[in-house]
Amino acid sequence: MSQTTPTTPTRVGPGPTTWTPGKVGESDRRPDGVPKVTGEFEYSSDMRLDGMLWGATLRSPHPHAEIRQIDTSEAEDLPGVYAVLTHEDVPGRKVYGMEIPDQPVLAWEKVRYQGEPVAIVAADHPETARRALEKVHVEYGVLDPITDAEKAVQEDAPKLHLSGNVLRRIRILHGEGVGAAAKADVVVRGEYEVGMQDQAFLGPESGLAVPDGLGGVDLYISTQWLHIDQDQVAESLGMDPDQVRLTLSGVGGAFGGREDLSMQIHACMLALETERPVKMAYNREESFFGHVHRHPAKLRYEHGATRDGNLVYVKARLVFDGGAYASSSNAVCLNAATFACGPYEVPNAEIESHMLYTNNPPCGAMRGFGAVQACFAHEAQMDKLADELGLDPLDLRIKNALKPGDRFPFGQEVPPPAPVREILERVKVMPLPEEQEVMGRDLRGLPGGVSNVTHGEGVKRGVGYAVGFKNIGFSAGFDDYSTARVRLTVEDGEPLVEVHTAAAEVGQGLLMLQAQIARTELGVEKVSILPADTRVGSAGSTSASRQSYVTGAAVKLACEGVRERLFERAREELGEPPDGLSVEAGNVVRDGRTVVPLAELLDGDELEETCEYHHRETHPLDENGQGDVHLQYAFAAHRAVVEVDVELGLVRVVEIATAQDVGKIINPQALEGQIEGGIAQGLGLALMEEIQVKEGKVLNASFTDYLIPTILDMPTVKMEVLELADPEAPYGLKGVGEPPTIASTPAIVAALRDATGLELTRIPVRPEQLAGVSDGPPLPDEPTPGGAGYAEVGRLDGRRET
Amino acid sequence: MVELNFARVRPEAVMDLTRVPELREWGTENGRLRVGAGITYTRVIRELGDRLPGLAMASRTVGSPQIRNRGTVGGNLGTASPAGDALPPLYVSDAEVELASVEGTRRVPVAEFVKAPKRTATNPEELISAFLVPEAGGPQQYAKIGPRNAMVIAVCSLGLAVHPERKEVCACIGSAGPTPIRACEAEDFIRGVIEEEGLWESRGELAEAALGRFGELVSEAARPISDVRGTAAYRTHAVGVLARRTLGWAWNEYRGGI
Ligand SMILES: Cc1cc2nc3c(=O)[nH]c(=O)nc-3n(C[C@H](O)[C@H](O)[C@H](O)COP(=O)(O)OP(=O)(O)OC[C@H]3O[C@@H](n4cnc5c(N)ncnc54)[C@H](O)[C@@H]3O)c2cc1C
Repeated sequence: MSQTTPTTPTRVGPGPTTWTPGKVGESDRRPDGVPKVTGEFEYSSDMRLDGMLWGATLRSPHPHAEIRQIDTSEAEDLPGVYAVLTHEDVPGRKVYGMEIPDQPVLAWEKVRYQGEPVAIVAADHPETARRALEKVHVEYGVLDPITDAEKAVQEDAPKLHLSGNVLRRIRILHGEGVGAAAKADVVVRGEYEVGMQDQAFLGPESGLAVPDGLGGVDLYISTQWLHIDQDQVAESLGMDPDQVRLTLSGVGGAFGGREDLSMQIHACMLALETERPVKMAYNREESFFGHVHRHPAKLRYEHGATRDGNLVYVKARLVFDGGAYASSSNAVCLNAATFACGPYEVPNAEIESHMLYTNNPPCGAMRGFGAVQACFAHEAQMDKLADELGLDPLDLRIKNALKPGDRFPFGQEVPPPAPVREILERVKVMPLPEEQEVMGRDLRGLPGGVSNVTHGEGVKRGVGYAVGFKNIGFSAGFDDYSTARVRLTVEDGEPLVEVHTAAAEVGQGLLMLQAQIARTELGVEKVSILPADTRVGSAGSTSASRQSYVTGAAVKLACEGVRERLFERAREELGEPPDGLSVEAGNVVRDGRTVVPLAELLDGDELEETCEYHHRETHPLDENGQGDVHLQYAFAAHRAVVEVDVELGLVRVVEIATAQDVGKIINPQALEGQIEGGIAQGLGLALMEEIQVKEGKVLNASFTDYLIPTILDMPTVKMEVLELADPEAPYGLKGVGEPPTIASTPAIVAALRDATGLELTRIPVRPEQLAGVSDGPPLPDEPTPGGAGYAEVGRLDGRRET
Repeated sequence: MVELNFARVRPEAVMDLTRVPELREWGTENGRLRVGAGITYTRVIRELGDRLPGLAMASRTVGSPQIRNRGTVGGNLGTASPAGDALPPLYVSDAEVELASVEGTRRVPVAEFVKAPKRTATNPEELISAFLVPEAGGPQQYAKIGPRNAMVIAVCSLGLAVHPERKEVCACIGSAGPTPIRACEAEDFIRGVIEEEGLWESRGELAEAALGRFGELVSEAARPISDVRGTAAYRTHAVGVLARRTLGWAWNEYRGGI
């Protein structure tokens, strides 16, 4: 097809980042901070290469249909088009998936969700590629979609997969289960619903595949886990993993949405077919179809307690809509089941967690991973119970708070530290923001802001509390590990440590953490972080708040190995007994006195260590949902103060106060960023963020109508950080990325209830609900103009107005 | 630009109007302001804030600083979206839109200019050159509903102008009907109340009941749909609340900031 194949230029990948980082415990300035703010940072969507082609994806307009025929001939004839590929062209395994490989690389026979990839093209211009998509003719036989998880379980529901529609079911039986109900003086019941949230990362899916001329391919990509991508891409290309090399390129946020593959296999297929570099970059609308979302859920709860407020039992039934394919639904289902009761001592429980296939958009990992949905429900229940008992909601929580040595409903002993009571007490005593007179305030301090909807009329204040928790690291028997290569060398007379891992920096600050550890452990000023790629062993996923722990531990281990060899050298060459030696400011020291400068000791040599860190073994749940399933637990409590215009249902969050146990603060500034960012995402779920889906079709695939909080929606955050060391973790640290997202949402909703007296059982809470005008989300018939969700995703012809 | 970005239109040619200086000028003409179509929101806020306070308030609610620096009132007219924030203020001041072509110039009342969602009275060869509007003779307000506190397309909105010189109060609903809608019955009602009680002269208070009724009549004038941004019921309700509140604020201002 290509007449004049140019010799493929090799892409010069991103270089090492070298700077003098802070030590462990110090704030560090992000080396990529200024370039990101000034626009100079190269995100994966910015990459280009001479002679490169542009890839584009034809997606199904139907949530459920048979594919009768695909005709690509007209597209192939379009000048400037170099390849048009379908499922027939997938060289290896035709499906992919992290837990269950059930998702077609390119659909055949059937499409199971709107936006499912059906064909891909490569052309010399992105517009040509898009026009070529119009010329691929797919004949569909449209089928009724299954769009309700509850209906998917029914006997007569058509089976979306050979295995049926039940993706996973977990049952936890603890103590006497509901058999203990008789012992409860008070019972409260509730049904709750969580809408489909999106990760809404700002950098859409993108990457560049470069054929190596020897049959292999190099892929520069935004992802959360290079090695699992490598395995899946190689499998579908029918290659050995070492023929598919991945390098992390600038990632514009992830939040779970980059755990699954998007364009990785497609770009490689096109590059290998055309023997040209191929770039693929989704636009914003396509991005909404290009990654999984947070699972929508329906949660039914029953809590029983004694008259004086001791929990007796919890019964919960959680139903999650997994969408069309498995993604990481299995693990989400497990997480939700294990966190269903909240961080409370619950002597008896019966929990069912169901995960179902439907024809809705596939759902998977998102910050909080199953804990978010459960927390919204168990915290609403705790408030309801407090109300029923006439107790203060915070006191009820404190009374029932889990502590080390207790048993979770899934049988695991609560490991220390588990300061649930402490963090609740912290938020309790933090001073409330002063209540200023509403009339005559600056508009930005009122619901609606500069939109000028109230000058104080109808504004009521409310306060709400919530506490949540989550596992850190991969669970249930997964061999969760990370690899680090650390090299100590001398450059320009100065010692330098190079750290090489495959761990994905997705904006969270892992770059700094690795460098801080290297500087601290090896006592050097300068550290160089090499680009993350598959030339070094797997670091595992940048998810489950695990990289500080697991990759942090691997880097620390490798640094310690290098340090040991250094001391060994000092002993051999200088006769120094190794005991009592340390490294500081570029020198080997003893009792504060310099023994020898590192540069001198190394004498032109390099010391290198590669280490794997595997965390303590975890175990799957047994048939009663019992087992030592998780590694580490992190807890955070939130207090929200809101002001609601009760007539219009508009909200201003005044302040969030939070207390979180982080074990050890590695980088105070990065920690603050995680806490504030997590709260922003929690606020989004409470008040505005929802992918609206009707009949399997997305109605608001754009940032015009999928709203995320702006700086004017974010309140002041007061935070108290506890440093209670986890004896098993490096430096005693705990993962910090997810806990801020979990309880911030229910705290805000509790505050809204306090302000309005409404029940508010569904999130995001819409103005309609708060104003008491209608409940539930509106269900439009047509996608809104300015939004997307066109019937013809990826097709220009279908969109042009006639 | 929005339509281009969504790949919903692919025009044969695109014309850059930012370099036509005449479109970026404003001045007075026979006692009215003539404002070039290429005036950005930022300039409306900065340069016309005291002459056209309602339009300036609406401009402040548009998008983000970047959008306000680039986006123009002419473009808002050309888009003719029912959610266009510049439109209700122009409606309540009975603005005229000036259309120019090689054939000459004509002026069309804004309510006739906007024909239907995204359809205007412009002929293919015509350019929107300016809009003409009297300087505010009294207080004006603009209020807009959105589920977040900035950067949001109106779920619904309300523009209001008190015209002491013609003894009228005008109200226009945005984003709750196929086009902006003047709430004529509400306007008539409140004019009657003010006249009857001699409030133009006395600058006395408007009774709560009158404000409430005004809000109800504005609600009745709305013709909203339900869509991803909000339900019809909510829009109907909210424009009424906004009407009641904005009239209260504007009237208080008329009374001398009491
Ligand atoms: C992020 C974002 C946020 C936004 N927020 C808002 C908002 O809050 N409120 C709101 O109302 N709008 C909003 N918009 C929409 C839009 O930016 C504004 O409506 C703006 O006024 C359009 O002006 P423009 O000069 O950019 O017009 P363009 O986009 O260039 O043009 C819009 C239409 O008008 C036509 N047109 C423009 N000028 C003329 C002329 N002189 N003669 C004839 N036809 C003309 C064009 O052909 C086109 O059809 C937003 C847009 C974006 C991208």
